[in-house]
Amino acid sequence: MKCQHCDKQAVFHITELEAGAVRELHLCEDHARNYLNQSESEVETPEEAAEGAVGGGALTGPLGVGQTADELALLDQRACDMCGITFFEFRNQGRLGCPHDYVQFEKELEPLIANIHGSTEHTGRRPSRGPTVAGAEPLPDGTQDLTRVIGLRREMKESIALEDYEKARENRDAIRSIEDRWIGPSASTASEAPAAEMERGSE
Amino acid sequence: MKLESLTQSIGEWLRGTGPESDIVMSSRVRLARNVAQYPFVSRASEQDRADIERFLRERIATVPIGKGLEYIDVGHLEEIDRQFLVERQLISREHADAQGARSVAIDRMEQVSLMINEEDHLRIQCMHSGLDLRGAWEQIKVVDDQIEKVVPYAFHPRWGYLTACPTNVGTGIRVSVMLHLPALVITRQIDKVFRSLHKISLAVRGLYGEGSQAMGDFYQISNQTTLGRTEEELVEQVGDVVPVLIDYERRAREFLVRETQQNVHDQVSRAFGILRTAQTISAEETMQLLSRVRMGVLLGLIGDVKLADINSLLVRTQPAHLQKLRGMELDTNDRNIERARYLRQHFEGGDASSRVIAN
Ligand SMILES: [Zn+2]
Ligand SMILES: [Zn+2]
Repeated sequence: MKCQHCDKQAVFHITELEAGAVRELHLCEDHARNYLNQSESEVETPEEAAEGAVGGGALTGPLGVGQTADELALLDQRACDMCGITFFEFRNQGRLGCPHDYVQFEKELEPLIANIHGSTEHTGRRPSRGPTVAGAEPLPDGTQDLTRVIGLRREMKESIALEDYEKARENRDAIRSIEDRWIGPSASTASEAPAAEMERGSE
Repeated sequence: MKLESLTQSIGEWLRGTGPESDIVMSSRVRLARNVAQYPFVSRASEQDRADIERFLRERIATVPIGKGLEYIDVGHLEEIDRQFLVERQLISREHADAQGARSVAIDRMEQVSLMINEEDHLRIQCMHSGLDLRGAWEQIKVVDDQIEKVVPYAFHPRWGYLTACPTNVGTGIRVSVMLHLPALVITRQIDKVFRSLHKISLAVRGLYGEGSQAMGDFYQISNQTTLGRTEEELVEQVGDVVPVLIDYERRAREFLVRETQQNVHDQVSRAFGILRTAQTISAEETMQLLSRVRMGVLLGLIGDVKLADINSLLVRTQPAHLQKLRGMELDTNDRNIERARYLRQHFEGGDASSRVIAN
């Protein structure tokens, strides 16, 4: 691939995320150096600044500098185990799909977050957890276990579409047991599952 | 809740009281929160969104602050009613324009608002008149703590509170003040001020800033980063810069009076003259002129007009408010005529804000 500013070979593939839009840059070494220096010293006009601040979308800054196009393409295909969003979709929309993305794409998000915040570690308030409802267990700080139901719900839908009711029942029971544990039986989201079909399928 | 009942008040942010309210219109803190068992809003199905909405409403209803809230079903509102809430700064433009199940809960003082299914499942906002970031922070902390007792906020030990956009992750906090800076605009110092704010990673945006043009010399200053510093540090980061800006603006106002007294007096009087006599006037021009008149009142160049009146006009001459007050939908041309009439009536007899409604 050629540099987009000259005829030399492009060795830097930079993806810029800004306000939900994505911009890909393919640059030779010289132009990449220029580009990176310029974006550091660039002074925003108030207009640009105001635009960047709208919607909290200031997702600027290089991501994965120096990655080859192949590496980028592979990365783009990676999907979240829970909500199914691909990294490519995230890069296009600038919005993540679910809380698990911060775990699934932790390595990829790290440089991006460091660029936005100048930090990669939360130092603010932490939840002081008790049971969120009578009968539920107190949640731990991290909520990864509860977030698993997002993936299970997706699996259940797929199982039903495939008429694999055995599997769907398993999914439903797994959702129920996680939700009962952390948010109480009354709040269970598995109750709307087409129970009749699942029962029929078991015959 | 009947939206019409809100037209009788002007809402917290334009009350025109509180510390430094000659320059600081309002102080606001908002927190972004998500529920751990659902996808973020942009990836949530129609069913998910309805479930998130119901789950949050049911749970929030069980805590003390939930009892004093009124819910408005934003998803089923007419365009004009959504615009009305945006003009009062009770919901964001994004929330107004979004799709699917969504709502806003508002307390009676219009200080607290909870947006459900905006970019995040829950956006808590707390707004106080004048410069009172600390007060807004203390209040929102109470609201957030109560809700956290009954709602499993998505949280990660390293990343903090998890948000749909990585720009909000960590504390999920946005601390902002709305400032009226006409003298810095007139003396052309405003760009310089903004550039220095950017160097310390604060963001600046105009009021109702749909375009990049800030209207009526009103600017919002807010923190840009949310991770790696505590909420208190971020409240301080914004809070620390406000006295400096207030000082700049005051000095610019003094300079104007001292060096260009005649000029300023002329500008302000002309602005006042147009507002009192125009036969048709746009929302943008109205805001620009009201901004100048507001400064004139503060500099003692215009007597007989109360600051609270100017603030009230700033919101009541906005398109949706104007139509609510007239009780009918109006196209742009008719709105401009109505707006001019409203302003003339208002200034003819001092405080005419309520009389015009009966007209
Ligand atoms: Zn090149
Ligand atoms: Zn996900």
